[in-house]
Amino acid sequence: MSAAPILVLDNVSKHFGGLRVVEDLSFSVRRNSCTGLIGPNGAGKTTVFNLITGVYPIDSGRILLDDADISRVPSRRRIHHGIARNFQNIRLMPHLSAIENVMVGQHCRNGGLFGNLQPVALFPHNRWREEARAALAEAGLEDYERGVVRSLPYGVQKRIELVRALMAKPRLLLLDEPAAGLNSAETGALRELLAKICQQHGLTLLVIEHDMHFVGALCDEVVVLNFGRKIAEGRPDAVREDALVKEAYFGLDTGLAETRYVN
Amino acid sequence: MSGYAEGVLVLLAINVVLAYGAFLPVAAGQLNLGVAGFAAIGGYASAYLSARTATPVLVAIPLGGIAAGVVALAVAVPVLRTRGIYLALATFALGELVRATILNLEVVGGAAGYPVPAYIGLPVIAGFAVAVVVLVGLLFATRFGIAITAVHDDERVADLMGLDVRAFQIAAFVFGSVIAGIGGGLYAHHFNYIEAQYFNISMSISIVLYVLFGGTQSVVGPLLGATVFTLLPELLRASAQWRYVLFAAIVIVAMVVRPQGLVTAALVRRLLGLAQDFSLRGRERPA
Repeated sequence: MSAAPILVLDNVSKHFGGLRVVEDLSFSVRRNSCTGLIGPNGAGKTTVFNLITGVYPIDSGRILLDDADISRVPSRRRIHHGIARNFQNIRLMPHLSAIENVMVGQHCRNGGLFGNLQPVALFPHNRWREEARAALAEAGLEDYERGVVRSLPYGVQKRIELVRALMAKPRLLLLDEPAAGLNSAETGALRELLAKICQQHGLTLLVIEHDMHFVGALCDEVVVLNFGRKIAEGRPDAVREDALVKEAYFGLDTGLAETRYVN
Repeated sequence: MSGYAEGVLVLLAINVVLAYGAFLPVAAGQLNLGVAGFAAIGGYASAYLSARTATPVLVAIPLGGIAAGVVALAVAVPVLRTRGIYLALATFALGELVRATILNLEVVGGAAGYPVPAYIGLPVIAGFAVAVVVLVGLLFATRFGIAITAVHDDERVADLMGLDVRAFQIAAFVFGSVIAGIGGGLYAHHFNYIEAQYFNISMSISIVLYVLFGGTQSVVGPLLGATVFTLLPELLRASAQWRYVLFAAIVIVAMVVRPQGLVTAALVRRLLGLAQDFSLRGRERPA
Protein backbone atom coordinates (compact mmCIF):
# COMPACT_ATOMS: atom_id res chain seq x y z
CA MET A 1 0.00 0.00 0.00
CA SER A 2 1.37 3.39 -0.99
CA ALA A 3 1.46 6.04 1.72
CA ALA A 4 1.51 8.93 -0.79
CA PRO A 5 -1.46 11.25 -0.38
CA ILE A 6 -4.07 11.16 -3.12
CA LEU A 7 -5.77 14.32 -1.86
CA VAL A 8 -4.19 17.33 -0.19
CA LEU A 9 -6.02 20.36 1.16
CA ASP A 10 -3.51 23.14 1.62
CA ASN A 11 -4.64 26.10 3.75
CA VAL A 12 -8.11 26.06 2.23
CA SER A 13 -10.56 28.77 3.34
CA LYS A 14 -14.14 29.52 2.46
CA HIS A 15 -16.21 32.44 3.68
CA PHE A 16 -19.87 33.17 3.03
CA GLY A 17 -20.04 36.91 3.57
CA GLY A 18 -18.77 37.40 7.11
CA LEU A 19 -19.23 33.76 8.03
CA ARG A 20 -15.98 31.79 8.02
CA VAL A 21 -17.15 28.30 7.19
CA VAL A 22 -13.72 26.78 6.52
CA GLU A 23 -10.58 28.48 7.82
CA ASP A 24 -7.01 27.61 6.81
CA LEU A 25 -7.81 23.94 6.62
CA SER A 26 -4.99 21.58 5.73
CA PHE A 27 -5.08 17.80 5.73
CA SER A 28 -4.23 14.97 3.40
CA VAL A 29 -5.82 11.65 2.52
CA ARG A 30 -3.53 8.66 1.92
CA ARG A 31 -4.11 6.55 -1.16
CA ASN A 32 -6.13 3.35 -0.59
CA SER A 33 -7.01 4.47 2.91
CA CYS A 34 -10.25 5.43 4.57
CA THR A 35 -10.23 8.81 6.27
CA GLY A 36 -13.07 10.00 8.47
CA LEU A 37 -14.11 13.65 8.66
CA ILE A 38 -15.94 14.24 11.91
CA GLY A 39 -17.11 17.15 13.99
CA PRO A 40 -20.25 18.66 15.48
CA ASN A 41 -23.11 19.91 13.32
CA GLY A 42 -22.14 23.12 11.51
CA ALA A 43 -18.42 22.35 11.73
CA GLY A 44 -18.08 22.71 7.95
CA LYS A 45 -17.73 19.04 6.99
CA THR A 46 -20.20 19.07 4.08
CA THR A 47 -18.76 22.42 2.95
CA VAL A 48 -15.35 20.70 2.72
CA PHE A 49 -16.94 18.08 0.43
CA ASN A 50 -18.52 20.88 -1.60
CA LEU A 51 -15.12 22.56 -1.94
CA ILE A 52 -13.40 19.32 -2.98
CA THR A 53 -16.08 18.61 -5.60
CA GLY A 54 -16.20 22.23 -6.80
CA VAL A 55 -19.78 23.04 -5.78
CA TYR A 56 -18.28 26.17 -4.18
CA PRO A 57 -15.05 27.80 -5.32
CA ILE A 58 -12.42 28.12 -2.61
CA ASP A 59 -11.45 31.62 -1.45
CA SER A 60 -7.81 30.76 -0.78
CA GLY A 61 -5.48 27.78 -0.55
CA ARG A 62 -5.11 24.82 -2.90
CA ILE A 63 -6.72 21.44 -3.43
CA LEU A 64 -4.36 18.85 -4.94
CA LEU A 65 -5.41 15.52 -6.39
CA ASP A 66 -2.42 13.32 -7.11
CA ASP A 67 -0.23 16.45 -6.97
CA ALA A 68 -2.33 18.22 -9.63
CA ASP A 69 -3.99 21.46 -8.53
CA ILE A 70 -7.73 21.02 -9.14
CA SER A 71 -8.80 24.16 -7.27
CA ARG A 72 -9.99 25.85 -10.46
CA VAL A 73 -11.31 22.77 -12.26
CA PRO A 74 -15.10 23.19 -12.89
CA SER A 75 -17.35 20.99 -10.75
CA ARG A 76 -18.51 19.04 -13.82
CA ARG A 77 -14.95 18.03 -14.69
CA ARG A 78 -13.89 16.84 -11.22
CA ILE A 79 -15.57 13.46 -11.64
CA HIS A 80 -13.41 13.04 -14.76
CA HIS A 81 -10.41 13.52 -12.46
CA GLY A 82 -11.66 10.63 -10.35
CA ILE A 83 -13.67 12.27 -7.55
CA ALA A 84 -17.20 10.98 -6.95
CA ARG A 85 -19.54 11.58 -4.04
CA ASN A 86 -22.90 10.89 -2.46
CA PHE A 87 -25.06 13.36 -0.56
CA GLN A 88 -26.12 13.83 3.04
CA ASN A 89 -29.76 13.99 1.97
CA ILE A 90 -30.35 11.37 -0.71
CA ARG A 91 -30.39 12.99 -4.13
CA LEU A 92 -31.54 10.37 -6.60
CA MET A 93 -33.37 11.35 -9.78
CA PRO A 94 -37.07 10.73 -9.00
CA HIS A 95 -38.13 10.27 -12.63
CA LEU A 96 -35.51 7.62 -13.35
CA SER A 97 -35.65 3.98 -12.29
CA ALA A 98 -33.00 2.54 -9.98
CA ILE A 99 -30.90 1.18 -12.84
CA GLU A 100 -31.20 4.44 -14.82
CA ASN A 101 -30.04 6.36 -11.74
CA VAL A 102 -27.04 4.08 -11.56
CA MET A 103 -26.40 4.63 -15.28
CA VAL A 104 -26.18 8.39 -14.69
CA GLY A 105 -22.93 7.57 -12.88
CA GLN A 106 -21.49 6.05 -16.06
CA HIS A 107 -21.91 9.29 -17.97
CA CYS A 108 -18.35 10.54 -17.42
CA ARG A 109 -17.01 7.37 -19.11
CA ASN A 110 -19.33 7.20 -22.11
CA GLY A 111 -17.20 9.12 -24.60
CA GLY A 112 -18.69 12.48 -25.52
CA LEU A 113 -21.27 13.30 -28.17
CA PHE A 114 -21.53 9.87 -29.77
CA GLY A 115 -21.57 8.24 -26.34
CA ASN A 116 -24.74 10.20 -25.63
CA LEU A 117 -26.44 8.59 -28.61
CA GLN A 118 -25.83 5.02 -27.51
CA PRO A 119 -29.20 3.27 -27.31
CA VAL A 120 -28.77 2.16 -23.70
CA ALA A 121 -32.53 1.91 -23.07
CA LEU A 122 -33.46 0.33 -26.40
CA PHE A 123 -31.72 -3.01 -25.98
CA PRO A 124 -31.95 -4.58 -22.52
CA HIS A 125 -28.60 -6.35 -22.81
CA ASN A 126 -26.18 -3.67 -23.90
CA ARG A 127 -22.82 -3.38 -22.14
CA TRP A 128 -23.68 -0.29 -20.03
CA ARG A 129 -26.95 -1.69 -18.74
CA GLU A 130 -25.32 -5.03 -17.96
CA GLU A 131 -22.57 -3.25 -16.05
CA ALA A 132 -25.13 -1.26 -14.02
CA ARG A 133 -27.13 -4.44 -13.42
CA ALA A 134 -24.04 -6.26 -12.15
CA ALA A 135 -23.14 -3.36 -9.85
CA LEU A 136 -26.67 -3.35 -8.40
CA ALA A 137 -26.44 -7.09 -7.87
CA GLU A 138 -23.06 -6.70 -6.16
CA ALA A 139 -24.71 -4.32 -3.69
CA GLY A 140 -27.60 -6.75 -3.18
CA LEU A 141 -30.05 -4.55 -5.10
CA GLU A 142 -30.93 -6.81 -8.04
CA ASP A 143 -34.62 -6.89 -7.03
CA TYR A 144 -34.96 -3.09 -7.26
CA GLU A 145 -33.65 -2.59 -10.80
CA ARG A 146 -36.86 -1.18 -12.25
CA GLY A 147 -38.11 0.33 -9.00
CA VAL A 148 -39.40 3.91 -8.74
CA VAL A 149 -36.69 5.24 -6.47
CA ARG A 150 -38.93 7.43 -4.32
CA SER A 151 -40.95 4.46 -3.16
CA LEU A 152 -37.92 2.33 -2.23
CA PRO A 153 -36.79 1.88 1.39
CA TYR A 154 -34.39 4.53 2.71
CA GLY A 155 -31.47 2.13 3.09
CA VAL A 156 -31.95 0.86 -0.47
CA GLN A 157 -31.95 4.43 -1.82
CA LYS A 158 -28.69 5.11 0.02
CA ARG A 159 -27.09 2.05 -1.52
CA ILE A 160 -28.33 3.02 -5.01
CA GLU A 161 -26.68 6.42 -4.54
CA LEU A 162 -23.47 4.67 -3.53
CA VAL A 163 -23.58 2.39 -6.59
CA ARG A 164 -24.22 5.45 -8.81
CA ALA A 165 -21.05 7.09 -7.49
CA LEU A 166 -19.08 3.87 -7.98
CA MET A 167 -20.19 3.68 -11.62
CA ALA A 168 -17.90 6.64 -12.35
CA LYS A 169 -15.00 4.34 -11.35
CA PRO A 170 -13.55 7.03 -9.08
CA ARG A 171 -10.14 7.07 -7.41
CA LEU A 172 -11.51 9.02 -4.46
CA LEU A 173 -15.01 8.52 -3.11
CA LEU A 174 -16.55 11.09 -0.77
CA LEU A 175 -19.35 9.73 1.40
CA ASP A 176 -21.47 12.19 3.36
CA GLU A 177 -23.04 10.38 6.32
CA PRO A 178 -23.51 7.05 4.55
CA ALA A 179 -24.77 5.35 7.72
CA ALA A 180 -27.22 8.07 8.80
CA GLY A 181 -30.72 6.72 9.22
CA LEU A 182 -29.65 3.09 8.91
CA ASN A 183 -30.31 0.50 11.60
CA SER A 184 -27.43 -1.42 13.13
CA ALA A 185 -27.81 -4.40 10.76
CA GLU A 186 -27.85 -2.07 7.72
CA THR A 187 -24.86 -0.14 9.10
CA GLY A 188 -22.91 -3.38 9.51
CA ALA A 189 -23.81 -4.48 5.98
CA LEU A 190 -22.78 -1.07 4.61
CA ARG A 191 -19.41 -1.27 6.41
CA GLU A 192 -18.75 -4.70 4.93
CA LEU A 193 -19.85 -3.53 1.48
CA LEU A 194 -17.55 -0.48 1.63
CA ALA A 195 -14.60 -2.56 2.84
CA LYS A 196 -15.18 -5.05 0.01
CA ILE A 197 -15.54 -2.31 -2.61
CA CYS A 198 -12.38 -0.54 -1.46
CA GLN A 199 -10.41 -3.75 -1.59
CA GLN A 200 -11.74 -4.77 -5.01
CA HIS A 201 -11.58 -1.39 -6.73
CA GLY A 202 -8.53 0.14 -5.01
CA LEU A 203 -10.61 3.07 -3.80
CA THR A 204 -9.73 5.79 -1.35
CA LEU A 205 -12.55 6.91 0.93
CA LEU A 206 -13.18 10.20 2.69
CA VAL A 207 -16.19 9.75 4.96
CA ILE A 208 -18.27 12.19 6.99
CA GLU A 209 -19.99 10.25 9.74
CA HIS A 210 -21.36 10.76 13.25
CA ASP A 211 -21.49 7.06 14.14
CA MET A 212 -18.14 6.67 15.92
CA HIS A 213 -18.38 2.86 15.96
CA PHE A 214 -18.74 2.96 12.18
CA VAL A 215 -15.84 5.42 11.87
CA GLY A 216 -13.68 3.38 14.26
CA ALA A 217 -14.28 0.16 12.37
CA LEU A 218 -13.87 1.59 8.85
CA CYS A 219 -11.39 4.47 9.02
CA ASP A 220 -7.61 4.41 9.29
CA GLU A 221 -7.35 8.13 9.99
CA VAL A 222 -9.73 10.74 11.34
CA VAL A 223 -9.74 14.52 10.87
CA VAL A 224 -11.82 16.48 13.37
CA LEU A 225 -13.33 19.85 12.47
CA ASN A 226 -14.90 22.49 14.65
CA PHE A 227 -16.03 25.93 13.44
CA GLY A 228 -14.33 25.27 10.10
CA ARG A 229 -10.91 24.57 11.65
CA LYS A 230 -9.05 21.32 12.14
CA ILE A 231 -8.79 20.62 15.85
CA ALA A 232 -7.29 17.12 15.71
CA GLU A 233 -6.25 14.31 13.40
CA GLY A 234 -4.84 10.85 13.80
CA ARG A 235 -5.96 7.28 14.36
CA PRO A 236 -9.59 6.96 15.49
CA ASP A 237 -8.75 5.55 18.94
CA ALA A 238 -6.21 8.31 19.56
CA VAL A 239 -8.52 11.07 18.38
CA ARG A 240 -11.29 9.74 20.59
CA GLU A 241 -9.05 10.37 23.61
CA ASP A 242 -8.14 13.91 22.56
CA ALA A 243 -9.36 16.35 25.19
CA LEU A 244 -10.37 19.03 22.72
CA VAL A 245 -12.30 16.55 20.61
CA LYS A 246 -14.04 15.30 23.73
CA GLU A 247 -15.11 18.80 24.57
CA ALA A 248 -16.04 19.99 21.07
CA TYR A 249 -17.65 16.81 19.79
CA PHE A 250 -18.59 14.54 22.67
CA GLY A 251 -19.69 17.39 24.95
CA LEU A 252 -17.31 16.69 27.86
CA ASP A 253 -15.96 19.72 29.69
CA THR A 254 -12.19 19.32 29.85
CA GLY A 255 -11.39 23.01 30.13
CA LEU A 256 -8.80 22.74 27.33
CA ALA A 257 -10.74 24.10 24.43
CA GLU A 258 -10.29 27.74 25.18
CA THR A 259 -6.52 27.38 25.66
CA ARG A 260 -6.01 25.43 22.39
CA TYR A 261 -8.17 27.83 20.33
CA VAL A 262 -6.19 30.81 21.65
CA ASN A 263 -2.90 29.07 20.83
CA MET B 1 -62.34 9.39 -46.02
CA SER B 2 -64.57 12.46 -45.58
CA GLY B 3 -63.09 15.93 -45.83
CA TYR B 4 -64.01 16.54 -42.21
CA ALA B 5 -62.20 13.41 -40.95
CA GLU B 6 -59.16 14.22 -43.05
CA GLY B 7 -59.12 17.79 -41.73
CA VAL B 8 -59.24 16.56 -38.14
CA LEU B 9 -56.46 14.04 -38.75
CA VAL B 10 -54.27 16.69 -40.39
CA LEU B 11 -54.72 18.94 -37.36
CA LEU B 12 -53.97 16.00 -35.08
CA ALA B 13 -50.74 15.17 -36.93
CA ILE B 14 -49.57 18.82 -36.92
CA ASN B 15 -50.44 19.16 -33.22
CA VAL B 16 -48.51 15.99 -32.42
CA VAL B 17 -45.42 17.41 -34.16
CA LEU B 18 -45.77 20.75 -32.34
CA ALA B 19 -46.29 18.95 -29.02
CA TYR B 20 -42.92 17.20 -29.39
CA GLY B 21 -41.40 20.61 -30.16
CA ALA B 22 -42.52 21.76 -26.69
CA PHE B 23 -41.82 18.40 -25.04
CA LEU B 24 -38.04 18.34 -25.51
CA PRO B 25 -37.30 21.52 -23.53
CA VAL B 26 -39.95 20.62 -20.92
CA ALA B 27 -38.26 17.23 -20.47
CA ALA B 28 -35.06 19.13 -19.65
CA GLY B 29 -36.92 21.31 -17.13
CA GLN B 30 -37.58 24.35 -19.33
CA LEU B 31 -41.00 25.79 -20.09
CA ASN B 32 -40.80 27.17 -23.63
CA LEU B 33 -43.71 29.57 -24.22
CA GLY B 34 -42.17 30.71 -27.49
CA VAL B 35 -42.81 27.46 -29.33
CA ALA B 36 -45.30 29.17 -31.69
CA GLY B 37 -42.55 31.63 -32.65
CA PHE B 38 -40.27 28.78 -33.74
CA ALA B 39 -43.17 27.17 -35.60
CA ALA B 40 -43.63 30.52 -37.39
CA ILE B 41 -39.94 30.69 -38.33
CA GLY B 42 -40.06 27.14 -39.71
CA GLY B 43 -43.35 27.79 -41.48
CA TYR B 44 -42.26 31.03 -43.13
CA ALA B 45 -38.77 29.79 -44.00
CA SER B 46 -40.07 26.62 -45.66
CA ALA B 47 -42.87 28.57 -47.39
CA TYR B 48 -40.36 31.08 -48.74
CA LEU B 49 -38.06 28.31 -49.95
CA SER B 50 -40.78 26.37 -51.72
CA ALA B 51 -42.49 29.46 -53.17
CA ARG B 52 -39.49 31.55 -54.23
CA THR B 53 -36.67 29.07 -54.82
CA ALA B 54 -38.75 26.12 -56.03
CA THR B 55 -37.23 23.90 -53.35
CA PRO B 56 -39.17 20.61 -53.15
CA VAL B 57 -41.59 20.62 -50.21
CA LEU B 58 -40.04 17.54 -48.63
CA VAL B 59 -36.72 19.40 -48.51
CA ALA B 60 -38.13 22.85 -47.70
CA ILE B 61 -39.96 21.71 -44.55
CA PRO B 62 -36.91 20.14 -42.84
CA LEU B 63 -34.86 23.20 -43.91
CA GLY B 64 -37.51 25.40 -42.27
CA GLY B 65 -37.04 23.32 -39.12
CA ILE B 66 -33.29 23.85 -39.30
CA ALA B 67 -33.84 27.63 -39.70
CA ALA B 68 -35.91 27.59 -36.48
CA GLY B 69 -33.13 25.56 -34.83
CA VAL B 70 -30.45 28.06 -35.90
CA VAL B 71 -32.45 30.95 -34.40
CA ALA B 72 -33.00 28.88 -31.22
CA LEU B 73 -29.26 28.20 -30.99
CA ALA B 74 -28.49 31.91 -31.41
CA VAL B 75 -30.83 32.96 -28.59
CA ALA B 76 -30.40 29.90 -26.35
CA VAL B 77 -27.44 31.14 -24.33
CA PRO B 78 -29.01 34.40 -23.07
CA VAL B 79 -32.57 33.03 -22.85
CA LEU B 80 -31.62 29.84 -20.98
CA ARG B 81 -29.75 31.85 -18.36
CA THR B 82 -33.18 32.60 -16.90
CA ARG B 83 -35.06 30.17 -14.67
CA GLY B 84 -38.67 29.22 -13.91
CA ILE B 85 -41.23 31.95 -14.48
CA TYR B 86 -38.53 34.24 -15.91
CA LEU B 87 -37.66 31.64 -18.55
CA ALA B 88 -41.37 31.34 -19.41
CA LEU B 89 -41.57 35.15 -19.75
CA ALA B 90 -38.36 35.33 -21.81
CA THR B 91 -39.55 32.64 -24.24
CA PHE B 92 -43.00 34.26 -24.40
CA ALA B 93 -41.35 37.57 -25.31
CA LEU B 94 -39.20 35.77 -27.88
CA GLY B 95 -42.30 34.28 -29.54
CA GLU B 96 -43.97 37.70 -29.66
CA LEU B 97 -40.77 39.22 -31.06
CA VAL B 98 -40.75 36.70 -33.89
CA ARG B 99 -44.43 37.31 -34.63
CA ALA B 100 -44.04 41.11 -34.60
CA THR B 101 -40.96 40.88 -36.83
CA ILE B 102 -42.74 38.72 -39.40
CA LEU B 103 -45.75 41.07 -39.33
CA ASN B 104 -43.41 43.82 -40.51
CA LEU B 105 -41.49 41.71 -43.01
CA GLU B 106 -42.84 42.68 -46.43
CA VAL B 107 -40.78 40.02 -48.21
CA VAL B 108 -43.14 37.40 -46.75
CA GLY B 109 -46.31 39.46 -47.07
CA GLY B 110 -46.25 41.26 -43.71
CA ALA B 111 -49.67 41.52 -42.04
CA ALA B 112 -51.43 40.31 -45.21
CA GLY B 113 -49.96 36.83 -44.84
CA TYR B 114 -48.03 34.74 -47.33
CA PRO B 115 -49.60 32.45 -49.95
CA VAL B 116 -47.88 29.08 -50.37
CA PRO B 117 -48.50 27.39 -53.74
CA ALA B 118 -47.13 23.92 -52.89
CA TYR B 119 -49.57 21.57 -51.18
CA ILE B 120 -49.13 18.54 -48.95
CA GLY B 121 -51.95 16.26 -47.87
CA LEU B 122 -52.62 13.94 -44.97
CA PRO B 123 -50.22 11.10 -45.97
CA VAL B 124 -47.17 13.41 -46.02
CA ILE B 125 -48.17 15.20 -42.80
CA ALA B 126 -48.90 11.89 -41.06
CA GLY B 127 -45.53 10.59 -42.31
CA PHE B 128 -43.75 13.57 -40.73
CA ALA B 129 -45.69 13.08 -37.48
CA VAL B 130 -44.80 9.37 -37.31
CA ALA B 131 -41.15 10.18 -38.10
CA VAL B 132 -41.02 12.79 -35.32
CA VAL B 133 -42.61 10.42 -32.77
CA VAL B 134 -40.23 7.60 -33.73
CA LEU B 135 -37.13 9.84 -33.75
CA VAL B 136 -37.91 11.41 -30.37
CA GLY B 137 -38.71 7.93 -29.01
CA LEU B 138 -35.36 6.65 -30.27
CA LEU B 139 -33.57 9.71 -28.87
CA PHE B 140 -35.04 9.01 -25.45
CA ALA B 141 -33.94 5.40 -25.67
CA THR B 142 -30.33 6.61 -25.80
CA ARG B 143 -28.16 7.90 -22.97
CA PHE B 144 -29.36 11.38 -24.04
CA GLY B 145 -32.83 10.49 -22.67
CA ILE B 146 -31.42 9.49 -19.27
CA ALA B 147 -29.22 12.60 -19.21
CA ILE B 148 -32.10 14.96 -20.08
CA THR B 149 -34.24 13.48 -17.29
CA ALA B 150 -31.32 13.74 -14.86
CA VAL B 151 -30.85 17.41 -15.78
CA HIS B 152 -34.60 17.95 -15.29
CA ASP B 153 -34.60 16.25 -11.89
CA ASP B 154 -31.47 17.69 -10.27
CA GLU B 155 -29.14 20.04 -12.13
CA ARG B 156 -26.57 20.12 -9.33
CA VAL B 157 -26.20 16.35 -9.07
CA ALA B 158 -26.24 15.99 -12.86
CA ASP B 159 -23.37 18.49 -13.03
CA LEU B 160 -21.38 16.63 -10.38
CA MET B 161 -21.94 13.40 -12.30
CA GLY B 162 -20.13 15.00 -15.24
CA LEU B 163 -23.13 16.00 -17.35
CA ASP B 164 -22.80 19.29 -19.19
CA VAL B 165 -26.14 20.62 -17.92
CA ARG B 166 -26.08 23.73 -20.07
CA ALA B 167 -25.25 21.81 -23.26
CA PHE B 168 -28.10 19.36 -22.65
CA GLN B 169 -30.55 22.20 -21.98
CA ILE B 170 -29.46 24.02 -25.15
CA ALA B 171 -29.65 20.78 -27.17
CA ALA B 172 -33.20 20.11 -25.93
CA PHE B 173 -34.25 23.70 -26.68
CA VAL B 174 -32.73 23.62 -30.18
CA PHE B 175 -34.03 20.12 -31.13
CA GLY B 176 -37.47 21.14 -29.84
CA SER B 177 -37.36 24.30 -31.96
CA VAL B 178 -36.38 22.31 -35.07
CA ILE B 179 -39.41 20.07 -34.53
CA ALA B 180 -41.70 23.07 -33.91
CA GLY B 181 -40.33 24.62 -37.12
CA ILE B 182 -41.21 21.44 -39.02
CA GLY B 183 -44.72 21.65 -37.54
CA GLY B 184 -45.01 25.22 -38.87
CA GLY B 185 -43.85 24.07 -42.31
CA LEU B 186 -46.48 21.32 -42.39
CA TYR B 187 -49.17 23.85 -41.47
CA ALA B 188 -48.09 26.36 -44.14
CA HIS B 189 -48.00 23.78 -46.92
CA HIS B 190 -51.30 22.14 -46.06
CA PHE B 191 -53.35 25.33 -45.81
CA ASN B 192 -51.44 27.01 -48.70
CA TYR B 193 -51.33 30.17 -46.66
CA ILE B 194 -49.51 31.37 -43.59
CA GLU B 195 -49.99 34.45 -41.43
CA ALA B 196 -48.07 35.59 -38.38
CA GLN B 197 -51.20 36.21 -36.27
CA TYR B 198 -51.88 32.49 -36.13
CA PHE B 199 -48.60 31.83 -34.25
CA ASN B 200 -49.58 33.71 -31.10
CA ILE B 201 -49.21 33.06 -27.36
CA SER B 202 -52.52 31.20 -27.32
CA MET B 203 -51.02 28.66 -29.73
CA SER B 204 -47.89 28.30 -27.56
CA ILE B 205 -49.98 27.77 -24.42
CA SER B 206 -52.15 25.16 -26.19
CA ILE B 207 -49.06 23.24 -27.32
CA VAL B 208 -47.51 23.31 -23.84
CA LEU B 209 -50.86 22.13 -22.45
CA TYR B 210 -50.76 19.09 -24.76
CA VAL B 211 -47.46 18.14 -23.11
CA LEU B 212 -48.49 18.90 -19.52
CA PHE B 213 -51.79 17.08 -19.96
CA GLY B 214 -50.25 14.03 -21.63
CA GLY B 215 -47.31 13.87 -19.24
CA THR B 216 -43.82 15.31 -19.32
CA GLN B 217 -42.00 12.21 -18.09
CA SER B 218 -42.62 9.89 -21.00
CA VAL B 219 -42.23 10.22 -24.76
CA VAL B 220 -45.78 8.89 -25.12
CA GLY B 221 -47.19 11.85 -23.13
CA PRO B 222 -47.19 14.52 -25.88
CA LEU B 223 -48.74 12.06 -28.36
CA LEU B 224 -51.57 11.30 -25.98
CA GLY B 225 -52.00 14.93 -24.88
CA ALA B 226 -52.18 16.25 -28.46
CA THR B 227 -54.60 13.46 -29.39
CA VAL B 228 -56.95 14.18 -26.50
CA PHE B 229 -56.82 17.95 -27.03
CA THR B 230 -57.51 17.59 -30.77
CA LEU B 231 -60.08 14.80 -30.82
CA LEU B 232 -62.04 15.39 -27.62
CA PRO B 233 -63.62 18.72 -28.73
CA GLU B 234 -64.60 16.99 -31.98
CA LEU B 235 -66.17 14.04 -30.14
CA LEU B 236 -68.10 16.49 -27.97
CA ARG B 237 -69.66 18.26 -30.98
CA ALA B 238 -72.95 16.47 -30.27
CA SER B 239 -73.32 18.56 -27.11
CA ALA B 240 -73.50 21.71 -29.30
CA GLN B 241 -72.76 24.91 -27.33
CA TRP B 242 -71.83 22.91 -24.20
CA ARG B 243 -68.89 21.17 -25.80
CA TYR B 244 -66.18 23.53 -24.55
CA VAL B 245 -67.72 23.53 -21.08
CA LEU B 246 -67.62 19.73 -21.07
CA PHE B 247 -64.12 19.72 -22.56
CA ALA B 248 -62.80 22.11 -19.91
CA ALA B 249 -64.49 20.09 -17.14
CA ILE B 250 -62.92 16.87 -18.42
CA VAL B 251 -59.48 18.51 -18.58
CA ILE B 252 -59.83 19.88 -15.02
CA VAL B 253 -60.92 16.49 -13.67
CA ALA B 254 -58.06 14.75 -15.50
CA MET B 255 -55.52 17.19 -14.07
CA VAL B 256 -56.93 16.74 -10.55
CA VAL B 257 -56.83 12.95 -10.84
CA ARG B 258 -53.48 12.82 -12.65
CA PRO B 259 -51.60 16.04 -11.84
CA GLN B 260 -48.39 14.75 -13.42
CA GLY B 261 -50.16 14.06 -16.72
CA LEU B 262 -51.93 11.05 -18.15
CA VAL B 263 -48.72 9.10 -18.73
CA THR B 264 -46.09 9.07 -15.98
CA ALA B 265 -42.73 7.32 -15.87
CA ALA B 266 -44.06 5.07 -13.11
CA LEU B 267 -47.06 4.08 -15.24
CA VAL B 268 -44.83 3.26 -18.23
CA ARG B 269 -42.54 1.15 -16.02
CA ARG B 270 -45.54 -0.62 -14.54
CA LEU B 271 -46.96 -1.35 -18.01
CA LEU B 272 -43.57 -2.47 -19.33
CA GLY B 273 -43.12 -4.58 -16.20
CA LEU B 274 -46.50 -6.21 -16.74
CA ALA B 275 -45.67 -6.86 -20.38
CA GLN B 276 -42.39 -8.44 -19.36
CA ASP B 277 -44.04 -10.47 -16.60
CA PHE B 278 -46.68 -11.74 -19.02
CA SER B 279 -44.05 -12.68 -21.57
CA LEU B 280 -42.07 -14.47 -18.84
CA ARG B 281 -45.18 -16.33 -17.76
CA GLY B 282 -45.79 -17.21 -21.38
CA ARG B 283 -42.34 -18.73 -21.56
CA GLU B 284 -42.68 -20.52 -18.26
CA ARG B 285 -45.96 -22.21 -19.08
CA PRO B 286 -44.68 -24.72 -21.67
CA ALA B 287 -41.83 -25.69 -19.34
